[in-house]
Amino acid sequence: MRVLTLIAALAMATPATAATERPAPRPDPAKGAAVFAKWCAPCHAPGMRHPGTAALAAKYNGQLPPELERRSDLTPDMVALYVRAGISLMAPFRKTEISDPQLADLGAYLSPRPHAKGARK
Amino acid sequence: MAVLPPGVSAADFAAALSQMATALGADWVFSSDDDLGPYRDSFSPVWDTARERRAGAAVAPADVAQVQSVVRIAARYGIPLFPISTGKNFGYGGPSPNVNGSIVVDLKRMDRVIEVNDQRHFALVEPGVSYFDLYRAVQERGAKVWIDCPDPGWGSPVGNALERGVGYTMGHFRDHFGAHCGIEAVLPNGEVVRTGMGALPGSQSWQEYKYGFGPDPAGLFAQGNFGIVTKMGFRLMPAPEHYRSGLITVPRRRDFVALVDHVNYLSDSFMVGEAVYGSPLASLMGRPDFLALATKPGGASDTDLDAAASAAGLPSWQVELQFYGPEAATAAQWAYARDRICSAIPGAKAVAGEHFSLPPTPDQLANTTQPYHSLIRRNGAMGVPSLGIWKIVRDNGHVGFFPVLPRSGEACFDMQRVMCDALREFPLPPFFSAVTAPLYWHTFAFQMVFAPSVKRDDPAHNAMVDRAMRKAVEVAAKHGWGDYRAAPIYQDAVADTYSFGDHALRRMLESMKDAIDPQGIIAPGRGGIWPRRYRESRDGRTSA
Repeated sequence: MRVLTLIAALAMATPATAATERPAPRPDPAKGAAVFAKWCAPCHAPGMRHPGTAALAAKYNGQLPPELERRSDLTPDMVALYVRAGISLMAPFRKTEISDPQLADLGAYLSPRPHAKGARK
Repeated sequence: MAVLPPGVSAADFAAALSQMATALGADWVFSSDDDLGPYRDSFSPVWDTARERRAGAAVAPADVAQVQSVVRIAARYGIPLFPISTGKNFGYGGPSPNVNGSIVVDLKRMDRVIEVNDQRHFALVEPGVSYFDLYRAVQERGAKVWIDCPDPGWGSPVGNALERGVGYTMGHFRDHFGAHCGIEAVLPNGEVVRTGMGALPGSQSWQEYKYGFGPDPAGLFAQGNFGIVTKMGFRLMPAPEHYRSGLITVPRRRDFVALVDHVNYLSDSFMVGEAVYGSPLASLMGRPDFLALATKPGGASDTDLDAAASAAGLPSWQVELQFYGPEAATAAQWAYARDRICSAIPGAKAVAGEHFSLPPTPDQLANTTQPYHSLIRRNGAMGVPSLGIWKIVRDNGHVGFFPVLPRSGEACFDMQRVMCDALREFPLPPFFSAVTAPLYWHTFAFQMVFAPSVKRDDPAHNAMVDRAMRKAVEVAAKHGWGDYRAAPIYQDAVADTYSFGDHALRRMLESMKDAIDPQGIIAPGRGGIWPRRYRESRDGRTSA
């Protein structure tokens, strides 16, 4: 029985290992735009009717743009932190909602990309 | 290290997860602290305390067969499961379970809109479908139907209905469980059942006749723990041609009694959609003298409140009425409502509001062009999901107590007075006062709202909110008012108040629970229903 338990525990370890060993696809900002449109825009689209935009306008008071898509200081790590941990009244998002690859795409979309400057509005 | 369910060894828990990983794929079994973070209730008033309820793991099946596998594995080890649909039940526990260490069955991947029918007006969906998804499916298919959605559009029609959530269109659609038609669920023994006509092989009317033959167990799945719902049908409103609104005000406090009676008639005759009540005197609550009057211990007199209204030049009450249908029909219904109320209540005034052909323009959806200040949540009234309501969220969220009361003006006055006095000791905004209006969400009942905010970094505030919640539940029950829905940490307290016949209802439900779920694996404690193996410690549940 103890042996079976040990095997079970080892089996438990395999999911994470297998997931991390898989070669990560290159983050795609275009796919990230679709993730943003589905999951983020309801709160973070332009306009004060969107609660995320309104909250960030109050928070930054003109120091930074309240629309995430106009920010030039976001990094994939920051995006991942806020999506997975939430902040203030923003609830976190699970991997069943935004998968890790989708999160990487979103991070690429919201991070400054010199070659695409001005592409986002 | 993840928390374990009571009475389950780490080895058994690991073995169960391993088997679930084999059944579902390793990517869909989550047990690390990082992965489980988003399964905590981010609105919790007991965050990071011993009373917070936390999942031990989460699994995400892709289909009904995988749900069956999860249930059978859990039964093998006696591990409690806690199903979530989209996990957005904020204010009522979010995605967090009743029992620490439960495996959350995250149904988000089951997100098919199986059917939208605009000839017979229904939809059939899986639990992971959000209101946004269903709305999008209706639009993409060009179906001539409306959905009825709650404020936040990221919730699930299945999950919301199973919580008996509400919306904003016509009465029989606003009650989301009432508007369901047909359930498929995986039972604790792994079998799949369908309710109503779904139980008759070959039936084509699963979403049109919810009863079938014999007892209808559908209600057991709402706020219950008798199975994991994997499909659910909903009746949908045919897309109306025209929308019309109007405002009626009445001058004196006591006029509210007659106003409510008239609106009840209009609503129960299917003439109006959600009637949105308000008191124009609420605009005076920033004045200390009026605030003191409106929250006076024992309640202010009608005479004093009428004098305050008169001095401010404001009517005491208002109701906004909404009409859906052919343009001429909406015009006739507004004319009838206006004449009926204005001829019966001296001093009542009517103001015609916006009316327009549907679907609405973005400006019409924003509800910014009424000739009066409107309290209507127009997105909801148009069945268009959004997250605009999140603007009312303060601090790190809130908890909600929405006591049900009769649709009468007198009952509203009683609740205002009793709950205002009961909650006076707590340093919170005056949720109950002489200007508190009833919410008319459920088809045939009023509710009022107590939703104090939660502050993640202020445990003393949260502890005060927790005490206020418990007192609100207790005091309301003494007056015959019960909560309609509660977070896991409050479900026992609320269930305790539904005690007719020395808790006969709960004893009946727990007898059924023991028979259908002898190992007590499906959401033990949900709705205040505890399986036998947990019942002895019901009273100590808060620390479990």
